[in-house]
Amino acid sequence: MSSVDVQKPVSGVRSALGFMALFRIEMLLALRKRADITNPLLFFVTVLALLPLGVGPEPELLAKMAPGMIWVMALLANMLSQESLFRGDFEDGTLEQLTLLPQPLYFAILAKSLVHWIATGLPLALLSPLLALMLNLPVDGYLCLLVSLLLGTASLSLIGAIGAALTVALRRPGLLLALIVMPLYVPVLIFGTGAVQAAIDGYAYSTQLAFLAALLATAAALAPLAAAGAIRISLDN
Amino acid sequence: MNWQWFHRLGSPRWFYQKTGAWLPWLALASVVLLSVGSVWGLGFVYEHGQQGNSYRIIYIHVPAALLALAGYYVMAISGAIGLIWRMKLSFAVMRAAASIGAVLSFICLVTGSLWGKPTWGTYWEWEARMTSMLILLFLYIGVIALSHAASREQSADKASALLALVGTVNIPIIYWSVNWWNSLHQRATLRVIEESRIDPVMFYPLLIMIIGFYCMYAWTLLTHTRTLLLKREMRTKWAQDELLGGR
Amino acid sequence: MSVTPKSQVVLQVTDLTCIRDGRRLFEGLRFSLHAGAAIQVKGSNGAGKTTLLRTLIGSSSEFSGDILWCGDPYPKGLPAMRDSLLYIGHRGGVRSGLTPLENLTWYGANQEAALSALESVDLTGFEDSLCHSLSAGQNRRVALARLFLPNSPRFWILDEPLTALDVAGVAALEEQMAAHLRNGGSILLTSHQPLSLPGLDALNLSDYTVFESFSDFGGEHVLS
Repeated sequence: MSSVDVQKPVSGVRSALGFMALFRIEMLLALRKRADITNPLLFFVTVLALLPLGVGPEPELLAKMAPGMIWVMALLANMLSQESLFRGDFEDGTLEQLTLLPQPLYFAILAKSLVHWIATGLPLALLSPLLALMLNLPVDGYLCLLVSLLLGTASLSLIGAIGAALTVALRRPGLLLALIVMPLYVPVLIFGTGAVQAAIDGYAYSTQLAFLAALLATAAALAPLAAAGAIRISLDN
Repeated sequence: MNWQWFHRLGSPRWFYQKTGAWLPWLALASVVLLSVGSVWGLGFVYEHGQQGNSYRIIYIHVPAALLALAGYYVMAISGAIGLIWRMKLSFAVMRAAASIGAVLSFICLVTGSLWGKPTWGTYWEWEARMTSMLILLFLYIGVIALSHAASREQSADKASALLALVGTVNIPIIYWSVNWWNSLHQRATLRVIEESRIDPVMFYPLLIMIIGFYCMYAWTLLTHTRTLLLKREMRTKWAQDELLGGR
Repeated sequence: MSVTPKSQVVLQVTDLTCIRDGRRLFEGLRFSLHAGAAIQVKGSNGAGKTTLLRTLIGSSSEFSGDILWCGDPYPKGLPAMRDSLLYIGHRGGVRSGLTPLENLTWYGANQEAALSALESVDLTGFEDSLCHSLSAGQNRRVALARLFLPNSPRFWILDEPLTALDVAGVAALEEQMAAHLRNGGSILLTSHQPLSLPGLDALNLSDYTVFESFSDFGGEHVLS
């Protein structure tokens, strides 16, 4: 709706304007609720710091486990932060208002997912070299870890939005959300760790990164559509 | 175009009364086919050269695997029909297919691991097909859990149908990525009988078992759907008549 | 009938039946809403007031019957309806992480108009507090402030707009609604409280309730 309903431009322009307006608002909200950004990060760091306490501090063992553990924890951190993606908007009625806008819900969800990625996936990826250092990951894997996490967490944010939308009307969605979303995360996990492993072993890893990019493109095209349908269903609960 | 038949198909009452007559035939077919297939397969086919008698579990494992996967599409397609044409009936089919499919994939996993013990020396091997089947089971569990979560049954129906559809987009990607992952971690394992190496003598009873499983699947799906329909339509007169033995 | 814009039918409902959880809430509902007219939907709790509103805004498709917006039946008429709709539901659509001023700006107001709208709902001094620090009543009034913005959409659907307001607030809202009707707008609202508005029609859902007991309900509805 924002400032565009007065002059009524063509729908494509209106969608783009609506997307930008919503993106700005969501960024503002994310910056105001910093706990939503810092908590998943702290979770990510804390659990990974516990890993050596659990399996022992042998550098070789840690190096072997590092790619998988970093990726699994990224998955968990992402999933835990998904629960609040639509919750506030659902409770205060914003979600209902968004469904009444002339522009498709697709763009609203795309904007929210993008902000979710900027708030969780991006800082997590940027922090990953530090954790890789602590877990004794071979230096060859650093760049690949960073790039694969950047690509992969964006897909996770989009796919997770479907789960968040399906469970937004439920009172305690936590575990159900995990149950729904985790199997859908499998391909991202496989190619993410596969890329890092290949990099460590000294092979080319561009294929895996290309697969991650392809997954991201597919998710960006389809996941917001599914989430939009899910939101309309949840609102009718 | 005359859509009358289509809407009649969506009527729970019509479905209930029509399918009642099919049940005995399906039951008979599945009992006969499954008995013939298992006696033939388990008792009369000769031993496999490398695997001895343990390979005979394919007569349960393979049909269960086929139907667990096919069942996911049955579930997703009926969910989609429900979403598009708002048919109560197809949501009931979807729910029935979800629980039957979950059981079938569980059977597939159990028989697979029983087979794994003599073949690989371990009950669980992270082999591509078993791993994919495990993820398929998780997908089923997600749909079932969601279908019981929402306070309104209608919303739960639609939500789980949507999740099932999301799953169908994902299944090929998951299967393909798990295969790729498995090829990275390939270890010296004994390959299961390759399709080309299946002897016709072994294959015919397997075919009978597969057809028998399909009949049994249809039978349980119909029975389960009919029960769900009765429960949902409890308030209507026809359901009460059926339950009280027809007045 | 003269075809002045004032008497133009904007929303026409014929033979509307809403079903929720396999239960018919009401049946055979018919009414038409003209430009410059208002309808108050009445009925006891659970009579289906909110369901009716949600059906009219196109968020619930579990209905049979016809809904026409300016002559176009749903769902074809839906986009045009939403273009001229201002809906304030049970949940007001006020973002708790934003200030009242930012909320109104998000709904398309400029700074000046937003400030004067907030003054109309007696929220002066709270423009820059975050909405989650305001009370439920104040949040409700932020939502209602949208009605005081210029260039308002012409069709208002309001779910219990009066609940959080004091006497002066109700009077101000009634005055604003009357002005909206004079400008050719239309209002459809639910309210438990009496409302003084020129040309207000009442629509009592209890008149269309279906009484079905557990045992003698004989019909079978294909539509879910």
